[in-house]
Amino acid sequence: MISPIPPAILFIFGAFVIPFLRGKALSIYLLSLPVLGFINFINLPEGVHYSINFLEYKLIVVKVDKISIFFGYIYHIITFIALLYSLHVKEPAQHIASIVYSGAALGVVFAGDLFTLFIFWEMMAFSAFYLIWASRTKESYTAGLRYLLVHIVGGLFLLFGVVIRYFETGSLSFGYIGLDGLSSWLIFLGFGINCAFPGLHAWLPDAYPKTTPTGGVFMWTFTTKTAIYVLARAFPGEEILIWIGAIMTVFPIFFAVIENDLRKVLSYSLINQLGYMVTGIGIGTQLSLNGTFSHVFCHILYKALLVMSMGAVIYRTGKIKCTDLGGLYKSMPLTALFCIIGAASISAFPLFSGFVSKSMVVEASAIEGLVPIWFMLTFASVGVLEHAGIKVPYYAFFAHDSGIRTKESPLHMLIAMGITAFLCIFIGVMPSFLYSLLPYPVNFEPYTASHIVSTTQLLLAGILAYVLLMKAGVFPEEMRATNLDLDWFYRKGAQAFVWFINNPGSHIMQRLNTIFFIKIPNFLGWFTKNPLLAVKILIDSIILVFSIPEKREKIKARLRAEKLKYPGDPLLPISVGVLVLWSIFFLLLYLIIYYTRGYM
Amino acid sequence: MKRYFFDSPKNVKIFFAVFYLFLVFSLIAEFFIHKHIYFPWENYPFFYASFGFVAFVFLIMVSKHILRPLVKRREDYYSD
Repeated sequence: MISPIPPAILFIFGAFVIPFLRGKALSIYLLSLPVLGFINFINLPEGVHYSINFLEYKLIVVKVDKISIFFGYIYHIITFIALLYSLHVKEPAQHIASIVYSGAALGVVFAGDLFTLFIFWEMMAFSAFYLIWASRTKESYTAGLRYLLVHIVGGLFLLFGVVIRYFETGSLSFGYIGLDGLSSWLIFLGFGINCAFPGLHAWLPDAYPKTTPTGGVFMWTFTTKTAIYVLARAFPGEEILIWIGAIMTVFPIFFAVIENDLRKVLSYSLINQLGYMVTGIGIGTQLSLNGTFSHVFCHILYKALLVMSMGAVIYRTGKIKCTDLGGLYKSMPLTALFCIIGAASISAFPLFSGFVSKSMVVEASAIEGLVPIWFMLTFASVGVLEHAGIKVPYYAFFAHDSGIRTKESPLHMLIAMGITAFLCIFIGVMPSFLYSLLPYPVNFEPYTASHIVSTTQLLLAGILAYVLLMKAGVFPEEMRATNLDLDWFYRKGAQAFVWFINNPGSHIMQRLNTIFFIKIPNFLGWFTKNPLLAVKILIDSIILVFSIPEKREKIKARLRAEKLKYPGDPLLPISVGVLVLWSIFFLLLYLIIYYTRGYM
Repeated sequence: MKRYFFDSPKNVKIFFAVFYLFLVFSLIAEFFIHKHIYFPWENYPFFYASFGFVAFVFLIMVSKHILRPLVKRREDYYSD
């Protein structure tokens, strides 16, 4: 038995074999890589492995405990499913990006120190970015750039936080941080951008709907859930997270109601689901953290199922908007069935996976007596039912018949969706399997009569409301539209900035340019040719201004003579070039700062 | 033309009948179970059903009449 290697390394290096493989060999390789990874992963014993000394720092590449093992399971499972789903993709670069992306996410999950974490964190951003670009549309091009910019900014927050923290504590080890002081807030913000905290979320509904159908399965899984992982490790029980999470569950559901693009609906739905997890981290009890982790597991599966079914719709029809779709159950019955299973799971119907995980977080909020939070979470559950439970399957597969007749999804997609659908139901029916993987002991029974009846009432009454609103004709119809979100500020803001630079900006810059790079250097150049005479000319010019009228002619004549004579016989026979002059200026400035620093 | 499952009004009727049956069943079931509650209002009869219904209508109305007028722009608004 060879000793296990870091899961991230296996995936990342494994990805670079892909360009040398074609056809069947490639398919077999893609499917066996996550299996190999899984075998390697379950052989990783708990504890610290692969600590390296890098310069003066001690880096821990792999640290295994119950929480990282839990994420390891679901990440390997979903990588297998997502690769199975993307077997038809011919472009090797997409497979490489996907696998590096999963590998980087695993790298974060097993990182024992903040530096290793940061490296894999950035690797995730860049590989995910490629999955957006791979769509090769104009929209995906610009959205990809925005995605990268936002995540680079987030990465910088994280990096600054890590550096400052290192100087404060002298340690890079990654564990509980807690909110105190600048460095922890910077790290918190860095994590928060990837977790789509309200206000920092706009990149998500902007970029995710533009990924490739297959890349979407990876996108909807890794970046955000890895952010949940790091938050759960570094900031459990941080009260502000309760409110951040609760707001995240509520605000996206309004956007999801009016959105036309079904993958954008699923993006808002993702933020909503992350909200439950963040709230669970904020409450910070064993029950709520278990709730967060089990929700991560269930959510990755049912959200992947929904994203895969929508990806199959794009793959077959090239369309994804409510206004273009409808009646697809006639040609894609199995895809429709899998989508409904995903929808029932996310809505948390009894016997489906969402029911056994979401109820833990909601119950944890009730046990802690958090009345407003409990109401927000329960209200948001109705919102989930509306957009993910009803809207996604209904507008794609039922509603009015769009007349589109196509083929059922290809076999490998159906198998991928079938496995996921099976897992959603399996976890819903047999929650003990999932609970046994959780890091804390589970003392929670989802299937009490009280739970079942209250949830069923809530959901069925919601559906009744939907039916009645539809029949009354007051349900808002789907419209072709762009619905603004906070990305407006940087998308329109960037346009305004460019306009400013091109118009008044360039004028001002031109003036500044003339002053700083032409006039001042010219003057100084002239001055250094013969400083003594130059000062004389200056003095004479001043005297001229204040002189009495009788003497004025005489002074003028003298000035003229001096200017004519200039530079004359300089005392210092050196003329200083512009560049040297500026260098001297900045050196002088540096010297002044250096010496005055001690006194400040 | 081929007729599919929901093309037949009879099937649609059956579908809704099953739905209403489940709904009524879940409402009646409330009186035959032991309620495990954390908040006093959970004891009111049909609390969850009423909450679900009202919340749904509220969500739709706010989205339709407040959010949509605020954020809706033409489809090529960003034109990028």
